[in-house]
Amino acid sequence: MSTDYQKPPVFSVRDLKVRYGEALALKDVRMDILPREITAIIGPSGCGKSTLIRCLNRMNDLVPGAVVSGEVLYHGENIYASEVDPVTVRRHIGMVFQRPNPFPKSIYDNIAFGAKINGYRGDMDELVERSLRRAALWDEVSSKLNKSALALSGGQQQRLCIARAIAVEPDVILMDEPASALDPIATVRIEDLMQELKEYYSIIIVTHNMQQAARVSDKTAFLYTEVDEDTSTRWGILVEFGETGQIFTNPRDRRTEDYVSGRFG
Amino acid sequence: MTALQEKERLWPGESEDGDQVALTGRRPTPRRVWTNRLALAGMVATVLLTLLPVVLIVFHITEKGLATMSWEFLTQPTPYSFRNEGGGFFNGLVGTGLMVGIAGGFSIPLGILAGVYLVEYGGKRWLARLVRFFSDVMTGVPSIFVGLFVYTAFVVQFGFGALMGGAALAIIMLPIIVRSTEEMLRLVPTELKDASYALGAAKWQTILFVILPSALPGIVTGVMLAVARAAGETAPLILTALGSYKVTTALVNEEIASLTLLIFDGARNPFAAGQARAWAGAMELLAIVLIFTVLARVAASRNRLNN
Repeated sequence: MSTDYQKPPVFSVRDLKVRYGEALALKDVRMDILPREITAIIGPSGCGKSTLIRCLNRMNDLVPGAVVSGEVLYHGENIYASEVDPVTVRRHIGMVFQRPNPFPKSIYDNIAFGAKINGYRGDMDELVERSLRRAALWDEVSSKLNKSALALSGGQQQRLCIARAIAVEPDVILMDEPASALDPIATVRIEDLMQELKEYYSIIIVTHNMQQAARVSDKTAFLYTEVDEDTSTRWGILVEFGETGQIFTNPRDRRTEDYVSGRFG
Repeated sequence: MTALQEKERLWPGESEDGDQVALTGRRPTPRRVWTNRLALAGMVATVLLTLLPVVLIVFHITEKGLATMSWEFLTQPTPYSFRNEGGGFFNGLVGTGLMVGIAGGFSIPLGILAGVYLVEYGGKRWLARLVRFFSDVMTGVPSIFVGLFVYTAFVVQFGFGALMGGAALAIIMLPIIVRSTEEMLRLVPTELKDASYALGAAKWQTILFVILPSALPGIVTGVMLAVARAAGETAPLILTALGSYKVTTALVNEEIASLTLLIFDGARNPFAAGQARAWAGAMELLAIVLIFTVLARVAASRNRLNN
């Protein structure tokens, strides 16, 4: 705990509020995310977990009608400042999605894509191998780099997507339910991989699965849905954020306790 | 018990003793079987009926065309009199190639760019709505109107020629390419775009390196459809290219032939030699469109990786 104060946060989220058109999706999010840690975001369906994580690399810009207010400070710099280019933000903050989404290209080209478009001048073969090794996929695909990525299994595809994200040498990797479409064995491999990657990257993971959050993460954020009875509209709020151990064993908020003990959600 | 009996009456074919599930002995009724056969026969008949004109056209054109088809036909221009035998439609082949080439050169890049605009930039903006609306209208405009338009706007001033014919064909091709490209780009999954953006790709890089390659086979099919349509047009060329018996590659101020114009000319004259050349010309045009379509399909599917 004491070291936390010495590490400046990689993300400081201040009073984040997101609307999709007229509908409020998420509000009152304040949290500091530390580097080289795994931060889990948990909560019931529709509480804004994905909305929150997509704010951290401005992917919400791509959703028509999405309006983000408040601040997301990345190493002290607001990524929503008007002079910031979202493309540059995403170059440093990679993302892995719920469903594996490799390009319909070869395994090699999938990894090389990000490096190519970002003007990488180094040895491409070496970069591809290093990225695949880091994603624990090299041994399985080294003999078929020119085969289509779509021929891989779901778990392999997801690790390929992680390798693809790693290849542009990001600082942070955002994972939006990366294992929810995978079988238990593939899930364990992704979780093991996250522990290895933690050494190099800050990882933020959205998950439906509370056991997964408890297993892999250092910090946990619990989001919950608030309902306005009069208009029957609902939006997400951040209920509690803290050490994963504390959230699961000694939550401060009643709603967190009910959720992690399986009483609802 | 009464409830159970009620249920038995509601569900036909259940065995008498409620609990027993009967898997055998419940064959479809003869009426059901015959309805099925009738429906199936109807569908097969409809398919055959649709195929019939295509097969007849191909068969008829090939049969009549083969009689006159020869190396000479493919490489010699049309003789100045319909009475004369010999000669061919080389002038038309050159004209069709030139004019469809010009039309494609303008309409393919423009059409694809417009399609990209509609999907990636336009959305529901008024300009996008306008482009969509006029593309739809233009697809339905009779092609002779396009010829008339080019005639009054340009031909009156600059004279007949390949460029005029090409312009008319480009106007016909453009809306087909715009709309088919738009449809194909819409089919590209959001997940793929997200993957590209998340790697720090700019919008133009995502469009150029992810979206267009994924949609390429479909776009090529749409383009081929437009090319085939243009190669088969006659009406707009009457007022813009006019037709000629000479082989020419001049772009302006010289009348130029096309395969379709020569077929039209040959078919409506009373002399056997002219009519025979028209059949061979029809066969030539059919073969060209067919070959191009097949080639484009192969090229497009090669571009995609096999799973």
